Amino acid sequence: MDSSEPLPSGEPDDRPAVPAQRSDQDAYLRVDDLRVRFDTSDGVVRAVDGVSFSVDRGRTLGIVGESGSGKSVTSLAILGLHDPKRTTITGEISVGGRQVVGLADEEVRRLRGRDMAMIFQDPLSALHPYYTVGRQIAEAYRVHHPKANRREARQRAVDMLDRVGIPQPARRFDQYPHEFSGGMRQRAMIAMSLVNDPALLIADEPTTALDVTVQAQILDLLADLQAEFHSAIILITHDLGVVGQVADDVLVMYGGRAVERGSVEQVLRSPQHPYTWGLLSSVPSLHGDADADLVPIPGNPPSLINLPQGCAFHPRCRYADRAGSRSRTDVPELRPAGAAGHLVACHLGEEERATFYAEDVASVGVAR
Amino acid sequence: MARFLLKRLFSATLTLFAVSVLTFLMFFALPRDPVSSICSKNCNPERLERVRDDLGLNDPLISQYAGYMKGIVTGRDLGSAQGGRCDAPCLGWSYVTNEAVSDTIARVLPVTLSIVIPAAILWLLLGVGLGMISALRRGTWLDRAAIGFSLTGASLQLYFVGAVLLMVFVYNLRLLPVPSYTSVFENPAKWASGLALAWVSLAFLFSAIYARLSRAQMLETLSEDFVRTARAKGLAKPTVYGRHALRAAITPVVTIAGLDVGGALGGTVITETTFGIQGLGRTAVDAVRSGDLPTIMATVLIAAVFVVLANVLVDLLYAVIDPRVRLR
Repeated sequence: MDSSEPLPSGEPDDRPAVPAQRSDQDAYLRVDDLRVRFDTSDGVVRAVDGVSFSVDRGRTLGIVGESGSGKSVTSLAILGLHDPKRTTITGEISVGGRQVVGLADEEVRRLRGRDMAMIFQDPLSALHPYYTVGRQIAEAYRVHHPKANRREARQRAVDMLDRVGIPQPARRFDQYPHEFSGGMRQRAMIAMSLVNDPALLIADEPTTALDVTVQAQILDLLADLQAEFHSAIILITHDLGVVGQVADDVLVMYGGRAVERGSVEQVLRSPQHPYTWGLLSSVPSLHGDADADLVPIPGNPPSLINLPQGCAFHPRCRYADRAGSRSRTDVPELRPAGAAGHLVACHLGEEERATFYAEDVASVGVAR
Repeated sequence: MARFLLKRLFSATLTLFAVSVLTFLMFFALPRDPVSSICSKNCNPERLERVRDDLGLNDPLISQYAGYMKGIVTGRDLGSAQGGRCDAPCLGWSYVTNEAVSDTIARVLPVTLSIVIPAAILWLLLGVGLGMISALRRGTWLDRAAIGFSLTGASLQLYFVGAVLLMVFVYNLRLLPVPSYTSVFENPAKWASGLALAWVSLAFLFSAIYARLSRAQMLETLSEDFVRTARAKGLAKPTVYGRHALRAAITPVVTIAGLDVGGALGGTVITETTFGIQGLGRTAVDAVRSGDLPTIMATVLIAAVFVVLANVLVDLLYAVIDPRVRLR
């Protein structure tokens, strides 16, 4: 594999080399052995099953996986948005040094929107249809600035609308979400989440509901704002192209567990996990052969109530037999692989993986 | 917004026009000659004819309708047999009660308004309140109790609930006087104590459907993305539930409330009968029994006006609640 070839859709060449992820204790967000369980009438859903990562200010972590891999559940757990009556959360989530798991509702509420904020996937349904956009932004400001009067909150909201590139912000303030275009709505949503200058921003598929051209604008905007506000960003997506464009580090999740973690260079250039290979092979490429078929990952995402024994990915993994019976009995642990800071949870040996990757994935031209 | 309002008012006027035409035609379609009930025992064909002439029944239908409508708008002269000058809104003369129909209505309409409006406020507060509580406490004993309460209300009949309440509060405990109507302007305390049982039993029966409806709506709204956004902003629960969830959940409740209140204002026959209060509903039933056609017409027309007005009001409330409606 030639490392000078471009990443899926980013432009890595004009970006400084990203140092490997720091696993230090003083990162702004630290998640350690997070487990999220829902008790349902069908059984216990283990939506997140022992995930650890950290994100520091100024860095962007991309969390990648199919639906049901636990990426959104993780982000909602960080914000403390799960219903405590139906959810059991264990492990540690430290935001700016404060432990969020087990913190009183009221304490977490004060962190929400002020220290950590979220951008949702579909801005049309995430904004309240009956209130003006400006009012919703001003409301987010005033709840954490009780001393601010109506006029100050309005000014702040107009400034934020202006900052995220909405023309005529003072007029737009008084319009309803349905009077905004999709891209403008997502800009407004971003303005709302940044109105209190949070140190941590979680963007849950922020561009999925938008056209491709608008997607790029929104991602650029997020990058600009990060440079300006120096915030830690978690970008949740199933689109590896988006990850290549904006993330510094990548966490690949499958069945509620982390299967691969590393810098964006490591994960996209020398992916270690067969699941990551599958994700890469199913991304269309501008640089590859236009006639080459996309290769979907066979099978369906696993049921979180009844996760396959051993490696959760083994029923869909074409190399499962090569790892022997372990793949059906033991859950692989996240272990260092390749370069420093690159971790993978796979039973295959490093050399085996290198061979399979070179022969079956890289040679087909999909993962470049 | 102004255009929206004009459009709604225009269609409401059309509806009322259609209703008035139908009501007027019903006057002639009914198998009862109004004249024969008027000229009583010593009737002969000549006399019948004279009364018919007095009533204008020999005029063409259209001019009769025009006269009736003119009476409502400007008042008209009905002739000495029918009380002479009849001021607007003139609804004709009743030979059964021997008074102007508008006088009858002026007497019984405040009664029905006094029953329905406080009862509606009560049942809306009770129903929506119960629905909210059981949605927010879903699965707890509070939820089950609220649902049980509303199921009971939905399964019972007013004359049963009313009779039980009468027996307990009026005849056994003697906490309340025998139900009666007093004008609220005359004696508010007496007004309230005389109608309290009617309010409570109507509210109990009606609140059931509101509790279930608002519970279901609230549960649906609580799973909406914008409620999650409100929480993600760090808003406190009362704000999330009250300002964000309730406002979106309330629209269907407004629709049903409009229909119910509009319908109830047209007359609460069973309630009035159960508590022995003479309101619009009983007056209408009495009029049907005695073949008092002018009164029947008036009550039908008034009931229609209330239903139409309630619907216009619902449309307006919709536009106030949901900005997207204003566009249509």
